[in-house]
Amino acid sequence: MSYTQLSLTAIVLSIVLDIYILRTKILRQRVFWVSYAIVVFFQLLSNGLFTGLGIVKYRDAAILGGDSPDTGTPAFVGDGRLAYAPVEDLGFGFGLVVLAISLWIFLERRGIQSETTAGPPRVGWFSGRLKRF
Amino acid sequence: MRNLHYVLVLLGCLAGSLWLEFLLRTRVLRRWKRLLILTPVVVAVFSLWDWYAISRGHWFFDETQIVGIRVLGNIPVDEILFFCVIPVCAILSFEAVRSARPDWWKK
Repeated sequence: MSYTQLSLTAIVLSIVLDIYILRTKILRQRVFWVSYAIVVFFQLLSNGLFTGLGIVKYRDAAILGGDSPDTGTPAFVGDGRLAYAPVEDLGFGFGLVVLAISLWIFLERRGIQSETTAGPPRVGWFSGRLKRF
Repeated sequence: MRNLHYVLVLLGCLAGSLWLEFLLRTRVLRRWKRLLILTPVVVAVFSLWDWYAISRGHWFFDETQIVGIRVLGNIPVDEILFFCVIPVCAILSFEAVRSARPDWWKK
């Protein structure tokens, strides 16, 4: 399978895992989608470094776009790329994030350190701002 | 130093999210048992994908920008670190949002 096919497969499998297998249903929670929006922004940033600096390179046979250049940076946007990285990386990242958070909630529901919850914030300034957000 | 480029990006990811644990008290690291259980699962699944992708030539690495140690045949150790670090970053973001807006989480 190409990276394009595997990326789409990862999205489908992570949905099946969350909704039907682990039944954690994080994908139906606003908390997940807001935190995912934050994570995607930082994914584009860090992945832009991985691909823009040429630390990781891709072959055109596996992706929608063309080969990563031997020297210099790939297209920032276009040619199947977003922030230098193949758009397929979005499926890879989504799968990674959903698997991790779904397992995290699965273990919580199984009673693993379930008594521990987040907060309150250490910095009063922060808590005040966040509550009004 | 150039060989640490990959690892430095990972350290940047950690720096960008670990502060949540201390300033917002996300208490993700405190729930270390969960991290200890889920990390090997994530590493196993994504190492398999990585191994396949590298074997089939989907992607490859600039040898001058990675540490240079390969595990499980062809996977750079940097990639294994990625699969350990990124889930923690994602869970930190998730718990930060969940604690800031508990009304966005239906039990």
